[in-house]
Amino acid sequence: MQAFTTLKGLVAPMDRANVDTDAIIPKQFLKSIKRTGYGPFLFDEWRYEDRGEPGMDCTNRPLKKDFVLNQARYQGAKILLARENFGCGSSREHAPWAILDYGFTCVIAPSFADIFYNNCFKNGILPIVLDDAIVDQLFRESLASEAYALNVDLQAQTVTTPSGASFSFEVDAFRKECLLKGLDDIGLTLIEADAIRAYEDQRRGQAPWLGL
Amino acid sequence: MARTLFDKVWDQHVVKANEDGSTLLYIDRHLVHEVTSPQAFEGLRLTGRKPWRASAAVATPDHNVPTTDRAKGIVDPVSRIQVEALDDNCREFGITEFGMHDVRQGVVHVVGPEQGLTLPGMTVVCGDSHTSTHGAFASIAMGIGTSEVEHVLATQCLIQKKPKRMRISVEGALPKGITGKDVALYIIGIIGTAGGTGYAIEFAGSAIRELSMEGRMSLCNMAIEAGARCGMVAADQVTLDYVKGRPYSPKAGDWDQAVAAWRELHSDANAVFDKEMLLQASDIAPQVSWGTSPEMVLPVTAAVPHLKDARDAVQHEGWQRALEYMGLKEGVKLTDIAVDKVFIGSCTNGRIEDFRAAAEVVKGKRVASNVYLALAVPGSGLVKKQAEAEGLDEVFRAAGFEWREPGCSMCLAMNADRLEPGERCASTSNRNFEGRQGMGGRTHLVSPAMAAAAAIAGHFVDIRDWE
Ligand code: SF4
Repeated sequence: MQAFTTLKGLVAPMDRANVDTDAIIPKQFLKSIKRTGYGPFLFDEWRYEDRGEPGMDCTNRPLKKDFVLNQARYQGAKILLARENFGCGSSREHAPWAILDYGFTCVIAPSFADIFYNNCFKNGILPIVLDDAIVDQLFRESLASEAYALNVDLQAQTVTTPSGASFSFEVDAFRKECLLKGLDDIGLTLIEADAIRAYEDQRRGQAPWLGL
Repeated sequence: MARTLFDKVWDQHVVKANEDGSTLLYIDRHLVHEVTSPQAFEGLRLTGRKPWRASAAVATPDHNVPTTDRAKGIVDPVSRIQVEALDDNCREFGITEFGMHDVRQGVVHVVGPEQGLTLPGMTVVCGDSHTSTHGAFASIAMGIGTSEVEHVLATQCLIQKKPKRMRISVEGALPKGITGKDVALYIIGIIGTAGGTGYAIEFAGSAIRELSMEGRMSLCNMAIEAGARCGMVAADQVTLDYVKGRPYSPKAGDWDQAVAAWRELHSDANAVFDKEMLLQASDIAPQVSWGTSPEMVLPVTAAVPHLKDARDAVQHEGWQRALEYMGLKEGVKLTDIAVDKVFIGSCTNGRIEDFRAAAEVVKGKRVASNVYLALAVPGSGLVKKQAEAEGLDEVFRAAGFEWREPGCSMCLAMNADRLEPGERCASTSNRNFEGRQGMGGRTHLVSPAMAAAAAIAGHFVDIRDWE
């Protein structure tokens, strides 16, 4: 997993509450055998005029012009600014996979759905909860000025605006540590590699037939 | 201190006990199939990780493989891609695979024990809920999700919280015609589909000891339908006899040492369980499920329940919905229910003993005219071969059954074998959920002999009265 330390990134404001995982990545894409490649289908129904199917080439599909991610000024955005209860619905890990594959590594919202919030950390995405009023302010500012970028510092737990205003956010110490070091569950277990090897050595003698 | 069977196997696999109460548990055997593994392999690729111990994993495609005309390949593109992805991934990561055209291919839970990949005292995982099957070998066998599949591939470990322990003892001799499947359904009928939640269940008692390994596997297979994390049976001579001489079983040099270790794989006399239950084998009749959950099950002599007998509002609603979906009226005798299709196979009942039992019932008889499809689908290529060597395929064909290639088939309808809306099926599989065998399909779970008898009679019959 990619480590997350600091990020200076363009903001894309998605001004809707209760964005569910089926909107983030519609169910026809769950048949895929991959965990990458979902980026072109992120928010598929909101983004395109036609219906997306797995494996489609998206370069020439008709776009819904008004949709935020289709506007020229938000191309290359790394931070998704969202409203309350972002990521509700099913537990599909395809939702964070799609967000990450599109290029977002940080989502800011007043609140998140629980499973989605957890899934973000597992995939190297930092979900930040900020007060309603602050999120409101960020929406206003990002809509008002082009190339609006925020500075996110995970170590310091702060979000800083172009004008220098800084807001702090909460994050679980354990998850913070994992993200800072780029450790997923597997990475964490691999810290115990010596213990696993020691176990295997001892077990090999007890049960040679296991082929350890 | 006296320990349960589960404790003994668990203790032997603890790599590290964490402060938060979780355990880093070592996994001996990892079985892999095509549906739940592709993203796990891709995860390894994206992070540049290698399997920790590639030889611990063995793969075979089962859910998506066609059961007819294999030479033509897989027609459905989505199914084909999943199966091909498994082939590619196994090649790339150095994992042994019994591919679609290998005689050892089959339903992963049939293949594991058959090859001696599942051994007593092991920890066994697979990205599939019916991994509980392998607990019949006194192993801790658990189903896991895709992210855990990746975790096991990369680390050979899982982070686990220890479940509570329950013992269900079935005492006395099983009446004639009663199989492991009937015992499983009977237990689920009593404790319900959430009865085992949070527990590892050990099945014990003289009736369980009397079961063959096939019967024990059918029983443990369905522990998951009772909500349990896993099901287990202590190792005994029956276990050892089954394991001996299989391709991956310990060879002569190691065999005696292995047997000495395996002889310890039973609960100590004074072991304390978090929950205990005692059942009498003589109370068990052939079981038939009537509803859309494995707990909606009754003895074949019974009738579909009356709503007024529901114990509470929740059950009332569940029954009502089930009656509607199943197209059944209250009070109808189970033996009056006619079937359209019959399916004998799956990881619950796709082993040689199952086909022997079913063949014995259909021998010299014909499938009833109202039954327009009767499928016999071996659990593996080797089961198929063995059955053919015994002439069972001819017995089935002569009776009007179709004799197919091995795979999951109509257990979950991911390939072309499925029920059409409204069709009623006597099935030896393990789940009767809405749509499980095809959209709108109606599943009745039974033992192989009961399914075979239903095919011949055209409706459910009490196998104890069968001539
Ligand atoms: S036979 Fe059925 S229950 Fe068993 S693994 Fe296949 S689909 Fe799952």
